[in-house]
Amino acid sequence: MTALIDFLENLGGRATGSVHRLGFASRFLLLTLRNSGMCLRRFSLVAREIYFAGVLSLIIILVSGLFVGMVLGLQGYDTLVRYGSSSALGVLVALSLVRELGPVVAGLLFASRAGSAITAEIGLMKATEQLAAMEMMAVDPIARVIAPRFWAGVISMPLLAAMFSAMGVFGGYLVGVQLIGVDEGSFWSQMQAAVDFQEDILNGVIKSVVFGVAVTWIAVFEGYDAPPTAEGVSGATTRTVVTSSLSILALDFMLTAFMFRGA
Amino acid sequence: MPATDNLVEVENVNFAYDSRHILKGVNLGIRRGQVVAIMGPSGCGKTTLLRLIGGALRPTQGEVRVNGEAVAKLGHDELFALRRKMGMLFQFGALFTDLSCYDNVAFQMREHTDMPEELIDDLVLMKLQAVGLRGAHRLMPSELSGGMARRVALARTTALDPMLIMYDEPFAGLDPVSMGVIGHLIRRLNDSLGATSIIVTHDVAEALGLVDHVFFMSEGAIVTQGTPDELRASDKPPAHQFVYGETDGPMPFHYPADDYARDLHATEGR
Repeated sequence: MTALIDFLENLGGRATGSVHRLGFASRFLLLTLRNSGMCLRRFSLVAREIYFAGVLSLIIILVSGLFVGMVLGLQGYDTLVRYGSSSALGVLVALSLVRELGPVVAGLLFASRAGSAITAEIGLMKATEQLAAMEMMAVDPIARVIAPRFWAGVISMPLLAAMFSAMGVFGGYLVGVQLIGVDEGSFWSQMQAAVDFQEDILNGVIKSVVFGVAVTWIAVFEGYDAPPTAEGVSGATTRTVVTSSLSILALDFMLTAFMFRGA
Repeated sequence: MPATDNLVEVENVNFAYDSRHILKGVNLGIRRGQVVAIMGPSGCGKTTLLRLIGGALRPTQGEVRVNGEAVAKLGHDELFALRRKMGMLFQFGALFTDLSCYDNVAFQMREHTDMPEELIDDLVLMKLQAVGLRGAHRLMPSELSGGMARRVALARTTALDPMLIMYDEPFAGLDPVSMGVIGHLIRRLNDSLGATSIIVTHDVAEALGLVDHVFFMSEGAIVTQGTPDELRASDKPPAHQFVYGETDGPMPFHYPADDYARDLHATEGR
């Protein structure tokens, strides 16, 4: 009986703990948005963070995009050729990328490459009293440290996803057209005819913006909330990657359900 | 301008984290222009007191006034306005690791003033010259020794000529030479800026040779105060034990524990 009560108590404690944390994180997001004026006026602060979060993630995003596109080319051809529709390879590659793989895989890579770095940096700034020092210098760390990183992530993510998709399409072209010999004309023209700007590309961009907000919000919050110890920062970095990856997958399912209903 | 001669006044301040009482009825006044030390063993509430003065914490009871303003009653903007007149040197300097020494010192000037870059340039180099590190202005914090980092942090702390400078354990982890340099700089900067300085430390020798007045804290209260000579001569047991570094006294050597024999599983039959 006591074991059951303990179990229920534990379960309830965890549930209320998570709800508390979500509430705290939401207030933190509101505070960040309210304190964004300064960094948007002094855009150099955001530009610097775009370099660290976005530009330095380019290599991994571009290389991954290329390989994902090449694999799509191989697998897609293998399936399509059975139905005699290998000329639709371009459509398959492009739609898979702009609708799903671009935003999702770029988001997952962004979470592990940039999200973890943002959390670790902010966590260490807190542990070494840099944030406290800033506050004592009458400079609000939310406005000066958190907001620029948040906006940099939100701006970088859709751009990275777009580059991932573009690189993927190129990878599919390399394998499909150059290596296997699918007709180049039909590869591109079918792609042009089938990919709709609003239905496919715009929805993909919306997804990547949502993922950008989710990943960067989680990353800055985990960093700011990290206990100021080595263990605390390492735990927060892990949580950033795990939570934001799961959030991306869950959000992707929800967004897909809303966006693409086969109409 | 307030009539009192004290820049900082702490009146009957209590502070507790939940049920853990850190400060119990602390009263003190710090006169303008002085360099004072708040000393006492680790965990006696010194740093908490400093954070209350800087407005990072609010007292559970009582009032802290800086330049006549009750710190805890100030709103966000007023508190930040007051903090522009304060400087705080953190224990390990807390330099911004992504900025060079130069940019660290220039940080507040760029954030709070509209000064042109040429003027900032001159001021930063003058501040760094005062701590002897003008030649190191391009270095990053990771390239500095502990003592140098502390000196750059000191230049950053005094960047906007504060009226009150607070030091949290400025001597911790420094070699004797760096310690002497920091002590000398604290005194010189205080006097040349016409500021008031509060040093929280447990480094007896260095602090007593430097300050005008000492407040000695133990277990969350001020147990004695006076000039360094008066503290050396103090017969109050906690102060005496502390100044002369005796291993046992009012500050016990042992952390409170259960009966020793029982902990070692000794039973009567054994």
